[in-house]
Amino acid sequence: MHAGLLRDLEKLLGSSSVLFQPEDVLLYEYDGSVEKGRPDIVVFPTTTQEVSQIVKLAVKDNVPIVGRGAGTGLSGGALARIGGVMIVFARMNRILSIDPENQRAVVQPGVVNFDLTLAAEPHGLYFAPDPSSQKSCTIGGNVAENAGGPHTLAYGVTANHVTALELVLPDGEIVRVGSAQGDAPGYDLTGLFVGSEGTLALVTEITVKLTRKPEAIKTQLAIFDSVDDAAETVVDVTARAIIPAACEMLDGWTLRVVEDFVHAGFPRDCAAVLLLEVEGLAEAVTAQAAAITDVCKTHHAREVRLARDNAERELLWKGRKNAFGALGRLAPSNYVLDGVIPRTKLPQTLRHVREIGARYGFDICNIFHAGDGNLHPIVLYDPRDKGQFERAMQASAEIIRYCVEVGGTLTGEHGIGMEKAELMPLLFSDADFDLMRRVHDACNPACLLNPGKIFPLSKGCGEIRIRAKSSSRPSPS
Amino acid sequence: MTSAASNFAARLASAIGASRVSADPAECTEYAVDEIVPAAVAKPSATEEVAEIVRFAALEKLALIPCGNRSKLEIGMPPSRYDLALDMTGLNQIAHYDPGDLTVGVDAGANFNDLAAPLFKQKQFLPLLVPFYFESTIGGIIASGLDSSLRHSCGTARDFLIGAEFVDGTGRLCKSGGRVVKNVTGYDLHKLLIGSLGTVAVITRLNFRTFPAPPASRSFVLSFSAPRDALVFSNLVERSPIRPASLDLVSPRLIELFVEAEKNSSQPPTAALKGEFPAGSWHLCVSVEGSPQVCERASREFAELAASSTAKPAQFVTLNENEGAGLWHYVSQFISFLLEACPLTAIFKITILPSRLAPLLEQLRALADQASLPYAVLARACGVLYFSLLLPSDEHESLNSASLQPLAEATSAVFSFCTSENACAYLPWCPNQLKRQVNTWGSPRADFGLMRRLKSAFDPQNLFAPGRFL
Ligand SMILES: Cc1cc2nc3c(=O)[nH]c(=O)nc-3n(C[C@H](O)[C@H](O)[C@H](O)COP(=O)(O)OP(=O)(O)OC[C@H]3O[C@@H](n4cnc5c(N)ncnc54)[C@H](O)[C@@H]3O)c2cc1C
Repeated sequence: MHAGLLRDLEKLLGSSSVLFQPEDVLLYEYDGSVEKGRPDIVVFPTTTQEVSQIVKLAVKDNVPIVGRGAGTGLSGGALARIGGVMIVFARMNRILSIDPENQRAVVQPGVVNFDLTLAAEPHGLYFAPDPSSQKSCTIGGNVAENAGGPHTLAYGVTANHVTALELVLPDGEIVRVGSAQGDAPGYDLTGLFVGSEGTLALVTEITVKLTRKPEAIKTQLAIFDSVDDAAETVVDVTARAIIPAACEMLDGWTLRVVEDFVHAGFPRDCAAVLLLEVEGLAEAVTAQAAAITDVCKTHHAREVRLARDNAERELLWKGRKNAFGALGRLAPSNYVLDGVIPRTKLPQTLRHVREIGARYGFDICNIFHAGDGNLHPIVLYDPRDKGQFERAMQASAEIIRYCVEVGGTLTGEHGIGMEKAELMPLLFSDADFDLMRRVHDACNPACLLNPGKIFPLSKGCGEIRIRAKSSSRPSPS
Repeated sequence: MTSAASNFAARLASAIGASRVSADPAECTEYAVDEIVPAAVAKPSATEEVAEIVRFAALEKLALIPCGNRSKLEIGMPPSRYDLALDMTGLNQIAHYDPGDLTVGVDAGANFNDLAAPLFKQKQFLPLLVPFYFESTIGGIIASGLDSSLRHSCGTARDFLIGAEFVDGTGRLCKSGGRVVKNVTGYDLHKLLIGSLGTVAVITRLNFRTFPAPPASRSFVLSFSAPRDALVFSNLVERSPIRPASLDLVSPRLIELFVEAEKNSSQPPTAALKGEFPAGSWHLCVSVEGSPQVCERASREFAELAASSTAKPAQFVTLNENEGAGLWHYVSQFISFLLEACPLTAIFKITILPSRLAPLLEQLRALADQASLPYAVLARACGVLYFSLLLPSDEHESLNSASLQPLAEATSAVFSFCTSENACAYLPWCPNQLKRQVNTWGSPRADFGLMRRLKSAFDPQNLFAPGRFL
C-alpha cells in the first residue's frame, strides 16, 4: 500500500524514521481515549522543512495526514481515522530558546510540557499550562487541544500563553502567525489555530510566554463529609471572587484508591476533598487562605489542612495528578468525561451525575477542575463486556447532555476529536457547521489533514463519510 | 443619491419596516467613513433583522459597514465600496449575567457604560477601558481590538472573551465558544472578531468572563529625564514580587496635553491630575491593586527601588485611589486628547519584545527629529508602543497632499524601520487624506494571505467593509 509514497518518505527521512510494518504501526493506533485508528505509515521528522516535504508527498498521493505528540489525548485526536501517514513530533523536541528577560521561550512541538518548566526554572520562570499529563504530553499537543490544567483557573489555558506559531499548511506551505510579543496587525490567527485539534495546520514551532514564579504559595486540603458541601464551597469561593490559583475536587472512593496508591495524606473516610491553592504576594496569600478557610468552615468542612512545607504540598499534588493512573486499580477500564458547566450549577450537576450512575448501574467518581466548572466524571466499566461498554457510553452522553442543558459545553480541555464529534449538534446549528466547514476548507481544502475529527460524520468531507468506520460514540438523540 | 440607491433603501424598508431604514442624506452623512457616505442606514432591533439585512445586502451585492456609536469608524483603510450603514445600537440588552459564575453576555450594540453599571453593583468589571470606551458600544470595542492599561494584569479581549454570536456573510446567525469560562468545543471563531473592524461578520452578542473589583488600589507616577531610565525602572518593577495592574510610560508631550486638557475642560474627571509634572520628563505610571496591605507594601518597595536603583526618578508621586482614577482616565483616553490637540496626527501601534522597547523608541525619536515633527508616546511595559507624529496645522490652510508630505514621508520611514527591526506596526489613526499616500496596515505580512482566505470563508461575497483591511 502506498509503495511509491513509502519509498519517497524513506528517501527523504531515512528508513529509520519511517515505520510501516503492521506490528510497528500497531503501537500508534491508540491514544488516551477509547477510540482506535491505525496509520499505514508513521514518520518522525526532525525539521520544519521535512514536515513540509512529507505533507507535499502525502498530498500528491491524496493520502491523509495526522499529527501526533505523545498520544496522551483523550478524544481520539491523534488517531489515523482513515489511515494514512502519521507525523510523530517526538524527535522535534528541542527548546530553541529561552529569553528570561522577555519571559518567552521558542520550542519545537515535541517538547514535553514539564521539560519546558524544568528548563525555565533556573530563571525563576515556568510554563503555566499544567495538564495533569504534563510529564508526558507535548506542547504541540497542548496547542492543538488548547490544554488546561489545575492552575489554569488563575493563569488561563494554553491559548493565553501562546504568542506565535510556525505552521505547515496542508499544501506544505510554511507560514508564521502572531508575533513574539503577541499582538500583530489583523486577525488573531494564533487564537484560531490554538485549539483547532490539528485539523487546520501542523504546528512546527511555538512561541510561549513564561510566567514568573510567585513569591508565596499556600496549599490547603479541605475535607468534607458530603459532596454537596464541597460543591457549595466551590460555588461560594467563586461568588466571593477569591479566585484561587487552583481549586480541584476529588470525591469519596476516588480518594481512597488514590490514597492507597500515592499515600498523599487524603483521609480515607470522607466524602470529598478540595485541593485549594493561592499564590501571590505573601500578604495577599495569607488573607486569601484565611478567606478560603472561612468559606470551607461555613460549609461544614470537617477539617482544613494547610500544607506545612513544600514536601507536603508536592505530595498533595502528586495525589491529584496521579489520580487517573490510580483508578486502573479499581476496574479494568474507565472512561474520563470532560464537560463544563457554569460554576453556580455545580452542586445540582454532581447530584445529577450520581443519579445517572445509579440508573445505569455504574460507579461514577469525580476528579476535576472544580474552580472553572470543568467536570471529569469517570465511568468505571469492564470493556470485555460489550453491553457494559455501550451502557457506559450512553451514561456518558447523558451527562454531557445535562452539561449543555444547564448552559455548559461539551469539552473544557480534552477536545472533540473523534469521540465527541457526533455530539456537536447539541450545540451547533447547520449555519455554524457551514461556517466552520468554510474556515476548515480555507486552510485544509482537500480534507487530508486529520480527517474525521471535530465535525460529525454527516457534516464532514464527503470522502470521509464513506471511508470512516462510524465512531463508537453515541449520537446526541 | 442615485436612484438605484434610493430603490434599494425602499426595498429594504419594505423588507424590515420603514422605521428601520433611512436614506435621509443628512442622516447618512453621520455614518460617513473617511468621507464616504452610505446611501442608507439600517437600524435593526433584533438579531433576526440583522440577518435579514445581510441577506438583503448579499442579494443586492451591497457593501455594508456595521457601526456602534461610531467613535472609531476611521480605523483602517477607506472602504472601497460603502452602500449601507448597519447601526447596531438597537441591539443593546444584557442577555445574561451570572455574577456567581463571573460571566456576562451582552448584545453588541449595548453601551459600555450600560454594562459597566450592573457589573459595578456586583463589585465586578471588564478590563475594557480602551480609548473612547465611554462613548463606545461593546461590539465596537471588540471589533476595534484596542487594548487598555489593565492588559498588564488582565490581558486583552482574547483572554476574556469566551464566546460570541454573529451574522456571517451569507446572512446566517452563527456562534462560537459559549458562556462558560473554559471551553474547547469547536473552532474559536470569536477570536477572529477581535480587531476585525467589521470585516468578517456582524457581531450580535458577546460573552465575557468578568473580573472581581480589587478591594483597594494605589498608583504611582515616577518621572525620569530619559525614557531609557524609565524603562530600566519599569523592568525592575516587573521583576519585583509585586505584580502591577498597569505599567505605562507617558512622554513629556503627552502629559502636557493632559494638563492642558484639564485646564480647558469644563468637566474634569472625578479627580484632578495631581502633582506638578517636571517639564521635559518621561512619566512611568504604575498601578497596584489588592488589599490595603498589598498597596502599602508596593509603596514601600517602589520607594526603596527608587532610592537604590541606578535609574533614579527625579520625582516620585503616590496617588490614592481617587487621584489614581484621574490619572488613568487621562492615560486611557490619550488618543482623544492627542486628536483634539492636533488633528493631523499619525498614531502608530507598534509591538515588540519589551527588552527592545528602549532602543526602538530612541530610533523613532531620532526619526521624528529628522523630519522636524513633534511626537508623543504612550508605551506599555509589555511591549506595546503608541507612537504619534504630530503635524502642526494651520486651521485656515487647506489640506492637500503637499502639506501632508512631511507626515507621509515620516510615516513610511516609521513603517520601514519597524519592518527592519522585526516589530509589528500599523497606523490605527491618521488624517484620512494620508491614506491616499500610505497603507495604514504597514508592510504586508506573510500571514495576510491566510487572513484573506479566512475573510472569504466568513464573507464570501466581500460585503463587510470591503477595502478596510487587506
Ligand atoms: C492522565 C491524563 C491526564 C490528563 N490531564 C489533562 C489535563 O489536566 N488538562 C488537559 O487539558 N488535558 C489533559 N489530558 C489530555 C492530554 O494530555 C492533552 O490533551 C495533551 O495536550 C495532549 O498532548 P499530546 O502530546 O499527548 O498530544 P496527542 O494526543 O498526541 O495529540 C493531540 C492532538 O494534537 C494534535 N497534534 C499533536 N501535535 C501536533 C502538532 N505539532 N501540530 C498539529 N497538531 C498536533 C493531534 O493531531 C491530536 O489532534 C490528560 C491525559 C491523560 C492521559
